[in-house]
Amino acid sequence: MTRTSFGADEHVFVEVAEEMSLEAFFTALSVTKALRAAQIRGVAEICPANASFQVKFDPDVIAPDDMLAEIKAVQAQAAGADHTLATRIVEVPVYYNDPWTHATLMRFRERHQDPQSTDLDYAARINDFGSVDDFITAHSGAPWFVSMVGFVAGLPFLYQMVERPRQIEVPKYLRPRTDTPKLTVGHGGCFGCIYSVRGAGGYQMFGITPMPIYDPKQEISYLRNFMIFFNPGDMVKFRPVDRAEYEAIEQDVAAGRFEPRIRPVTFSLDAFRADPGATTAALLETLHGH
Amino acid sequence: MDIEVLKPGLSTSVQDLGRPGYYHLGIPLSGAMDRLALAAANRLVGNDEGDAALEAVFMGPELRFATDTVVAVTGAVLPPKLDGAPRPLWTSFAVKAGQVLGFDHLRAGARAYIAIAGGIDVPVVLGSRATYVLGALGGFEGRALQAGDALRLGTRRNAATPGASVPEALRPPVDGATELRVVTGLYWHRLTDEAGTRFFAETWKVAPEADRIGYRFRGGTPLAFQPRQQPFGAGSDPSNIVDSCYPYGSIQVPGGTEPIVLHRDAVSGGGYFMLGTVISADMDRIGQLQPHAQVRFVAVDMAAALAARHERSERLERIRAAIG
Repeated sequence: MTRTSFGADEHVFVEVAEEMSLEAFFTALSVTKALRAAQIRGVAEICPANASFQVKFDPDVIAPDDMLAEIKAVQAQAAGADHTLATRIVEVPVYYNDPWTHATLMRFRERHQDPQSTDLDYAARINDFGSVDDFITAHSGAPWFVSMVGFVAGLPFLYQMVERPRQIEVPKYLRPRTDTPKLTVGHGGCFGCIYSVRGAGGYQMFGITPMPIYDPKQEISYLRNFMIFFNPGDMVKFRPVDRAEYEAIEQDVAAGRFEPRIRPVTFSLDAFRADPGATTAALLETLHGH
Repeated sequence: MDIEVLKPGLSTSVQDLGRPGYYHLGIPLSGAMDRLALAAANRLVGNDEGDAALEAVFMGPELRFATDTVVAVTGAVLPPKLDGAPRPLWTSFAVKAGQVLGFDHLRAGARAYIAIAGGIDVPVVLGSRATYVLGALGGFEGRALQAGDALRLGTRRNAATPGASVPEALRPPVDGATELRVVTGLYWHRLTDEAGTRFFAETWKVAPEADRIGYRFRGGTPLAFQPRQQPFGAGSDPSNIVDSCYPYGSIQVPGGTEPIVLHRDAVSGGGYFMLGTVISADMDRIGQLQPHAQVRFVAVDMAAALAARHERSERLERIRAAIG
């Protein structure tokens, strides 16, 4: 099932699976962790993605074929690893249907599949929800895995921990927007995301979070140690907030008072497969518990 | 303050050899697009090859020096002028306090490297002084230079002698016909055989949307895809894949229409198929391409890619030897 390819003379590209699944993501994450631990000489970058991963290497130090052989050896070893992940779950407040992403999506309406509608209305309708409120309930209900960090600095791709029939799926804009507000909560294909910086984007826009996740100046209290908040393997639970709470959190962030709600958790893929509802319920209990 | 920016040029940024190690978090390598030209410029003024210099795109800046120093300009044919008097390219020259370094019009290439003895002293962020504008990170306040900016120079570690020069034969060509060598792979199998053959047969032109993130090309026939049921999570367009990492130099073709070669400020991943990757030895050359320049892509195997890489290293080695 795994497919490997060279990205010219400096990269090995490994596709774990063609389609997205929690299993493929777990494999990509565990193999890249094992590769990091293996400390192979000549490796420059180890990048896990949703259902694939990539290694950048220096062919003056290790020949491409040797690099590929090392990766395959590590992958074979990691295949036996149990599907358990010690990680953390983070609550992210979201102001859904906010005025700023709304103004932006109206500016780029001619690039959308349904110019008469909003991104939220459209996503709710094509995913068979009765109302936007029902859609928001689902979006902010089950937690999400950070399945990849990238595109731009610190942007998390998110994969919701629900059975496939309950996955939210939406197309990307017909043509990408040239602007997206910073901290927009978006969705494209089966992936959610939080835009870490303002810029171009093609994902549908559902809302905005007051919680910065990238700070190159490292002035925000919880980003002082490192400028990027998310790592692949983190979990996210969205919590809907209204405008008053959005503004209160923004002020708390500016004053250095805001601390994201974070709890350590252990996730078992086997337990999730056996009973997804009970597994996510236990995760949320840990998040909201004392 | 050692240097005052009188005019910033079109887009002049502080760059070194980049910031490896954070691509898995979306922070790209950054650094000089033409790494060989940067290394040579630094060598010419007695710096380490990876010291920070200025990368000027299409148009030179105007800089007033407050200190005596030594400068070298390499890369694009963007002729330097000191108080209006021409100075040679690929050759170090002395600058006195109070003098103004300007530039003539661009003759060829796209990016000139301005190295100054001691290097540009901006804070080291995650191991590098390179500017990553999209992330407002590194360089001078995370952005391109503006008029009125004041730059400081680092401490000189070696003597810098004016008149050091790279022989013409060792300077990489920055104009004329361009062939970019490509190792096919990644999602190459998504294309029909005919589309794959045609991609390499046709001539492509650099689009105006060509920057440090990536170079876009136009003028070829839209590519046809092998029919398939799109995999779960990939999105509905046949050019979509489940979002993956993007190698530096990888060639994505959104919608099958306009190829984009990702460069030093690459977006680290996304949902477009890639048909292959430009070899490392040809990445510098892309940084010297002007909009509307004509390019052909040439398929090569790994052995050829490694041979070209070796050739590039040898050229740099000869440049080092020539400078002494």
